[in-house]
Amino acid sequence: MSAPQKKFVKGNEAVAMAAIEAGVQCYFGYPITPQSDIPEYLSRELPKAGGTFIQVESEIGAINMVLGASACGVRAMTSSSGPGISLKQEGISYMAGSELPGVIVDIMRAGPGLGGIDASQADYHQATKGGGHGGYRIIVLAPNSGQEMYDLTMLAFDLSDQYRMPAMLLADSVLGQMKESIVANPRPKAELPAKDWAVRGTGGGAQHVVKSLYLGDGEMEKFHWKMHARYQELAEKESRWEEYQTTDAELIVTAFGATSRIARTAVEMARAAGLKVGLLRPITLFPFPKKAYAELSARCKNWLTVELSTGQMVDDVRLSVARDAEVDFYGRPPGAGSLPTPEELFEQIKKHF
Amino acid sequence: MRYDVFFAGYGGQGVLLAGNLLSYAAIHEGKNVSFFPAYGVEKRGGAAMCTVVIADGDTGSPVVGHPSVSVILNQLSWDKYADKVKEGGICLVNSSLVNLEGVSLDGRELLAMPMNQIAIDLGDVRMVNMVACGAYAAASGALPLDSLKEALKDALPERNHKLIPANIQAIEAGAAAVFSARKA
Repeated sequence: MSAPQKKFVKGNEAVAMAAIEAGVQCYFGYPITPQSDIPEYLSRELPKAGGTFIQVESEIGAINMVLGASACGVRAMTSSSGPGISLKQEGISYMAGSELPGVIVDIMRAGPGLGGIDASQADYHQATKGGGHGGYRIIVLAPNSGQEMYDLTMLAFDLSDQYRMPAMLLADSVLGQMKESIVANPRPKAELPAKDWAVRGTGGGAQHVVKSLYLGDGEMEKFHWKMHARYQELAEKESRWEEYQTTDAELIVTAFGATSRIARTAVEMARAAGLKVGLLRPITLFPFPKKAYAELSARCKNWLTVELSTGQMVDDVRLSVARDAEVDFYGRPPGAGSLPTPEELFEQIKKHF
Repeated sequence: MRYDVFFAGYGGQGVLLAGNLLSYAAIHEGKNVSFFPAYGVEKRGGAAMCTVVIADGDTGSPVVGHPSVSVILNQLSWDKYADKVKEGGICLVNSSLVNLEGVSLDGRELLAMPMNQIAIDLGDVRMVNMVACGAYAAASGALPLDSLKEALKDALPERNHKLIPANIQAIEAGAAAVFSARKA
């Protein structure tokens, strides 16, 4: 059998290709660096696949069109970066409140405000803690390669439909702009519940209502407990992570996204120097794979969290590890010239030996 | 094996196309590749850089602090990045635009060649990136020249395929410049 055909594409293009493979019917978005390759690709290719592409007048318009399309049972998505993702938060909150699926891609750039176009991981809190009002969560997936930009985009659509909540692909400008060879895997088969809640206009049958307004006595509370249970189910069934060289590790480095790639090479350097270092990489940021941290830290007590920010995921790491584990942090705030190198992380690792 | 190369110049010199060409050539060789570009918001004149990692296995970090080979096309990149080349590595420099004073490269091989002039002699200064690619392939041994030539079809848009013969000449001239620089 011949090897599967590899494609050499930008991470952003991999996202767009995967969205079409996943059967996205509607894309609504507005350009912003460093994610504009996604709407560029979809504007050309989605109509050919029978879908609808609309460059909306604003990010707020785009997320509300995703809400509307999703309420009709259609697979819909949007994508943006920092400033645009902030604008979308109101719509994401309404989607969460209405139990609507939908995929949001955030190719993080430096902030706050307009910030800059270089890579950042400083939107971790916004993505994982519910960036809008009302105490909701969304599924957050963190790819670290071109291949995962492709595979996790498809997964985001399925998880979002499965759990009836928005799903975000959280990447950064390194992953969006970097080109790697990927295999355009076919969409995995998923048994998904029927969208029997979708509004269909006229045509008879029971009335369906999609809303986020709960005024009756106890209604809102009931909604929150239901979602709380769903988040727990999600953590139980869908937590994903990757371990590298952790079995005999005396220090475990943990990082997500592009930073985890840099960290992995630093871990390889450490191993070559005879230092027992491993890497734990969360793939789902919500649900955060707490179990993996708890289990590994029952044995290994030395931890180093690395982020392209002054420290956000490190909070979740500290809440997840065993109480007697020591969690150190090394971060660089985002911006031009601040990407850490493997050599730099290796120096940080050496301080623990 | 794992090869990494850092390419730097100003926007308009074709640094990103050069990185793409090397990547496609590596894919022709059956390797895994990561191509990580970084550039200013300007279309021309700003800084343009890329890092290409070629590996049999995982490419690992797309960011490299101390590259094994750097290709430096302008003065600013020389001043800022030349001394980052790792011990035992190679620094290829476009001496047409770079004054080599002020940076010491002890323990590393310096290959200075007038890449702009070589491209001009072949008919167009815009082929400076192709000269650089040929020089990189010859100096590092990471990629056969034939793969580079083959990859032009993938790296160039179809409307520019008529320029492939000229680009092949530039790649060969870059490689030849390395051989004569090493003989000297």
